Amino acid sequence: MQQSKMNIVIAGVGGQGILSIAGVIAQAALAAGLRVKQSEVHGMAQRGGAVEAHLRISPDPIFSDLVPIGGAGIVCGMEPMEALRHLPHLNPENGWIVTAAEPLVNIPDYPAVETILAEIRRLPRHLILPVNEMAKAAGNVRSGNMVLLGALSTRLPLPETALLDGIARLFHAKGAAVVDVNLKAFAAGRTAACA
Amino acid sequence: MGDIRLLLGDEAIAQGAIDAGISGCYAYPGTPSTEIMEYVQRTPQAAAKTVHARWSANEKTAMEEGLGMSYAGRRAIVCMKHVGLNVAADGFVNAAVTGTHGGLVVVAADDPSMHSSQNEQDSRFYAKFAFIPSLEPASQQEAYDMMAYAFELSETMCVPVLMRITTRLAHSRADVRTAGTARAANPLSMPPDAKRFILLPGIARRNYQGLLDKQPKFLDLAEQSPFNTFTDGPDKSVGILAAGITVNYLRELFPDGVCPHPVLKLSQYPWPKAAIQRLLDSCGTVMVLEEGAPFIEEALHGALGLSPTITGRLTGALPRTGELSSETIARALGLPTRPGLQPANPVAVLRARPPRMCDGCPHIDAYKALLDALGDTGKGHVFADIGCYTLGALPPFEAINSCVDMGASISMAKGAADAGLFPAIAVIGDSTFTHSGMTPLLDAVAHGSRITVLILDNGTTGMTGGQESLATGRLDKVCAGLGVPPDRIRAITPLAKQHAANVEALKDAIFGNDKGVTVVIASRECIQTARHKRV
Repeated sequence: MQQSKMNIVIAGVGGQGILSIAGVIAQAALAAGLRVKQSEVHGMAQRGGAVEAHLRISPDPIFSDLVPIGGAGIVCGMEPMEALRHLPHLNPENGWIVTAAEPLVNIPDYPAVETILAEIRRLPRHLILPVNEMAKAAGNVRSGNMVLLGALSTRLPLPETALLDGIARLFHAKGAAVVDVNLKAFAAGRTAACA
Repeated sequence: MGDIRLLLGDEAIAQGAIDAGISGCYAYPGTPSTEIMEYVQRTPQAAAKTVHARWSANEKTAMEEGLGMSYAGRRAIVCMKHVGLNVAADGFVNAAVTGTHGGLVVVAADDPSMHSSQNEQDSRFYAKFAFIPSLEPASQQEAYDMMAYAFELSETMCVPVLMRITTRLAHSRADVRTAGTARAANPLSMPPDAKRFILLPGIARRNYQGLLDKQPKFLDLAEQSPFNTFTDGPDKSVGILAAGITVNYLRELFPDGVCPHPVLKLSQYPWPKAAIQRLLDSCGTVMVLEEGAPFIEEALHGALGLSPTITGRLTGALPRTGELSSETIARALGLPTRPGLQPANPVAVLRARPPRMCDGCPHIDAYKALLDALGDTGKGHVFADIGCYTLGALPPFEAINSCVDMGASISMAKGAADAGLFPAIAVIGDSTFTHSGMTPLLDAVAHGSRITVLILDNGTTGMTGGQESLATGRLDKVCAGLGVPPDRIRAITPLAKQHAANVEALKDAIFGNDKGVTVVIASRECIQTARHKRV
């Protein structure tokens, strides 16, 4: 039985859907009767800048809205450099870093992606997945965030069904086909994480 | 029967206001306050009660509209970001002098660390300046709970009440237990003593004295406030005064959130003098934790320098600027902090990723045309404003030379033109123009200042997520109405395929401007709102 307390930092670039990842987990945690704090970035940075969400779930009251330095059980990224940016938050004893392999290059001086991935591979607990490629295979390249959610879902203290319900609720308004693609993307990520 | 919902701090405030029986929500969009109005607008419960919830032209009109609703006996909430309170300050300060009839709560969302703002001013000064009570919730739950209290306080004391929040509370979600029931809205009623709303000197003097006479009562209410709580602790080496959300960062440091030091959690102002004195007496020294300015700390030190018994941001125990965190507070208390992992070679693998204009953004084509039109004019001629187009300051454009406050592009261009600068160009968005650009344009027209105003009309308030813009599609008529001759107002469409024609139109407007004001309106829908419509 995993402990039901968990701090997560989700990083990416504005527009990559990290708030949706955080939102699904937070709603699932609420449905499971846990306490939740989820701090987000709104405003200017959402225009293609670096963004992050801090998510904390616990059976007990949660104080800070932010994950402490060294306190995250999972640091995950929709993009490898953004995942690495939040390395200081990773719990050095037991934290996992879970990230998309594919860089999002929207700055002129983006570093060599192999150097970034080598830094991540240096960490004892890491999972690097071709998230966008997997999303495309699932039916929509824009569902990469749900692939990532699937990949980190095995390490969450939440039942899979609660997360699936959350995805269905999130995409309900966009129709059954969109829900289906996102559930498929989630399943692909989850399967890859179990492999 | 209440229920538990996951709400942003902003949303908790909105739900609290709806449940407190508001009849109106007045606001201008501004990070981090925008989601309060957005929540009221999309909540069926508010629509069913016909709560007025439309964006105002600016924070000043919002403030005065809220005061008008209060005059008519109903409850109103007025929301803005911290710098919006500068715009609304005239109405805000004088509403304290007129007093209120229906409850009036003003929410100012401060942005320490300047995540999306040009400064980190602290709105608590405004409440003190206006001699009114203010509230600073420590959590989303408290933000919800406080709204009912704030409206009661406003109606009991006949003054507006300020609620001050900061970005971290505004934009963090938490489980919030709501009442599940809503108080009925107040009926329409005239104020029994309506003359107090006429601030002629004779009446204003009487009102002002009345406001000052209420101060002891405000202090007493803060001393008794359910939101100002004292928790004793065995370690009296230092007492901690924690304002607003800082108490969370403090409690984060200890198992089960139990701080060994005595803690006075402060969420209602004026600061409770007796409670602070008791803390100081029992501990000898007090550390002040507060987001924003050292507002309380400075007062505790006194006018003549630093007191040895007080520590905080002014003494260097805590950083002078920026948001606090559990780490900064741990260091101030001498507690261990975790170092945090670092990449082996951070310089090789991390790069700053600033925000940028979206692919397909109409502002990109507008700036390309402007830069080509200016040719080798040299830098320093373009005064810009607040919005997505401020990102034109960054590479590859580096097209603008100022961004100060809403509307300042036109006023600064006018002032520079008056000084002899030519060309002097103002770049301003449609919503910023109707917020505060129309009045300086009137100045420029009246004085015949030789400026060119480029209005970027993307049909929305883009930076804050696409809120209603009040004069989109009829900006030419607005400019003509302010006195710009119709033959000096041109329309362009910022598209790559129109580039050559746009450059010519801008060149003509800028360099063919032998006298007075020329206006170029570049109209194309925001790519984000266009995309959302498609989905």
